Amino acid sequence: MPGMSGRFSTVVKAKINKLLDKAEDPAETLDYSYQKQLENLQNVKKGIADIVTAKKRLQMQSSKIEQSVVKLDTQARQALASGNEDLARVALERKNVAQTELQGLDQQIVELESQQQKLIDSEQQLRSKVEAFRTKKEVIKAQYNAAEAQVRISEAATGVGEQMADVGLAMQRAVDKTENMKARADAVSELEAAGTFDDLTALGSGDDDIDKQLKELSTASVVDDELAKMKAELGAGSSQPQGQIEGGEGQ
Amino acid sequence: MIVRISGEGQYRLDDDHHGKLDELDNAVVGAVDGGDEDGFHASFEELLQFVRGNGQRLADDDLEASDHILPPADLTFPEAGEEFSGDGLIPEPS
Repeated sequence: MPGMSGRFSTVVKAKINKLLDKAEDPAETLDYSYQKQLENLQNVKKGIADIVTAKKRLQMQSSKIEQSVVKLDTQARQALASGNEDLARVALERKNVAQTELQGLDQQIVELESQQQKLIDSEQQLRSKVEAFRTKKEVIKAQYNAAEAQVRISEAATGVGEQMADVGLAMQRAVDKTENMKARADAVSELEAAGTFDDLTALGSGDDDIDKQLKELSTASVVDDELAKMKAELGAGSSQPQGQIEGGEGQ
Repeated sequence: MIVRISGEGQYRLDDDHHGKLDELDNAVVGAVDGGDEDGFHASFEELLQFVRGNGQRLADDDLEASDHILPPADLTFPEAGEEFSGDGLIPEPS
């Protein structure tokens, strides 16, 4: 087929040939193939372990930020209840940024899980083929002369080679995805280090560098909407003077 | 003939499906060339469904090589574009 699959088949088959051509001495090929297949299986296992590690890191970050969201929301309410609208706004800006990061992280965790499952399935297929190859290799060696056995075993090795190439592709895609996720996890770590999701009680009036950056990062309209909603819930209407901590006390 | 869907498995199809397979495959290429992302997803999905629906899944321990290999089902539109212009999905063997 000349189209999509034609191009794709060509690329995969080139990779298979590369995998199989390494052994130039025919006498070595039989055992070399099997050796190579076992190594390949080990690599896949390692690849799966790497994905699990990356996923755990994202999950830890996700649960930390989830806690920050709850905390910042509570603090915004408290600030508003005591009439400090500026502080409430800072808390909501932070919450907004945290929620955006959280969504991104959660989506990536789901993606990683799907990559992990695919690799586990591919590993199972490869394991079955390697085992079948081992059996077939012994049968062929016993039944045919060396030259003919060579040909027959090479044919069988191509089938395993195709599966190895395919698992290699799945791993490559998983690694690419994991790399992208590392970039995001690092970005979240930087935000954390900058104190973005920190406790607001440790904060001054709220006009430092972090807050300037936050104003750029967070969506003003979302924060405004949420602030208005929170005000309505608290029954703290516009009659309340801004920034007066005494104003809302006694609730 | 045997068709592999990358990342999924191998399917055995009657040889007389070849024409239809070609047609579906070309539709995917047409959509990619035309920059039609929705068309790409629809036609690629149709191609995969045709293989799954008309093919017999090979056992995991079957050692036969495939005649055709299709990209993985989660192939993105940009990846499909690279498939024709750049290095493709698989990096060149080193």
